[in-house]
Amino acid sequence: MSRTMTRRALLRGSAAAAAGLAVAGAAVAASGQSATAMDHTGHGDHTGHGDPGLQPFDEVYQGRRITGRPVEGGHAAHHGGYAVTIDGKDLHLMQNADGTWISVVNHYQTYGDPLAVTRAAVDKLRGAVLVPIATA
Amino acid sequence: MAVRKNQATLTATEKRNFVNAVLELKRSGRYDEFVRTHNEFIMSDRDNSDRVGHRSPSFLPWHRRFLIQFEQELQKIDASVTLPYWDWTADRTTTSSIWGADFLGGTGRSRDAQVTTGPFAYATGKWNINVSVDDRPYLQRELGAAVRQLPTRAEVDAVLAMTTYDTAPWNSASEGSFRNYLEGWRGANLHNRVHVWIGGQMSSGVSPNDPVFWLHHCFIDKLWADWQRMHPSSGYLPTGGTANVVDLRDTMRPWNDVTPADLLDHTKFYTYDR
Repeated sequence: MSRTMTRRALLRGSAAAAAGLAVAGAAVAASGQSATAMDHTGHGDHTGHGDPGLQPFDEVYQGRRITGRPVEGGHAAHHGGYAVTIDGKDLHLMQNADGTWISVVNHYQTYGDPLAVTRAAVDKLRGAVLVPIATA
Repeated sequence: MAVRKNQATLTATEKRNFVNAVLELKRSGRYDEFVRTHNEFIMSDRDNSDRVGHRSPSFLPWHRRFLIQFEQELQKIDASVTLPYWDWTADRTTTSSIWGADFLGGTGRSRDAQVTTGPFAYATGKWNINVSVDDRPYLQRELGAAVRQLPTRAEVDAVLAMTTYDTAPWNSASEGSFRNYLEGWRGANLHNRVHVWIGGQMSSGVSPNDPVFWLHHCFIDKLWADWQRMHPSSGYLPTGGTANVVDLRDTMRPWNDVTPADLLDHTKFYTYDR
């Protein structure tokens, strides 16, 4: 069974799943490198309309609520067709041509999928809160 | 003509003058505009659409122009100041003099990665992080934590030996591309790895919050100059008609009045000490 299926099952679940969030998250983490090598059947999609191979996630990692979901159009262009939050705040993501991912927190290091790059951001934040970046 | 020097050779006075000019730029608010500009480009430059500052052929001329602009701002404050470069193949430990309290200060403390030594420590009151992705107001570093080793001279030499400036698709996937291997999306990973080795703000989109940004990019700029000298018949590519990419004679945002062709010869603006 793929991690994707595990996460799907998790997301379909109800109160029981909520109680198991942390456990499931740990199980995913334990899959380590194979997790980052999850099937990216859609990683050739460079249209900014989302990657059909990517599934949503919603878990608690290191005490932070992290969510991710494929999105389409408009603002999504800046998120590589995938939107991620940490404790409800947007994390800017970008997908590279080879299918790997980076975020504004880790912009010079690539990760295998949105979940891995989001967890890396949580690690680096050390509890700090994301803020919208002031633009000119 | 301004001469850019290896940071390891700076005198105590040269270090102090550089630091003071940077602090004055920060106090005036001008410094943070450079951070903001860099972050706007890094968030908008994309492999499959418009790309100017990063992951594209204009990575090198864009940063050359960005550094010239920054250096000119420093020189308005102190005409004797030029950008130093940091040869991270030589000064490659966390105890190198670049991280001394008389220059850039050292790595962050373990609890929160906060830099507590040198002129850019938060407690000085002179270096608040204002343009940021999170709510931490202090400079952070974790030297050598996320990746153990800085690139070696041999790894640099292997990239300098590449003869083609850049290749289609002119982005982070370009193979056989001096530009992309120097930038670090392919190969041994040079420029990108140094950002990651430093950690803190340097590994994020707001990397110019750390003054070492300028010394790192000054060395990248010097490596481009070294490469040009080694391969005099290899020019900037592409030279015309390329979608989403800055061709040789296209103007570059945000200046809109300068092209890669205008920036190929750095000796019009400054020279290097060697």
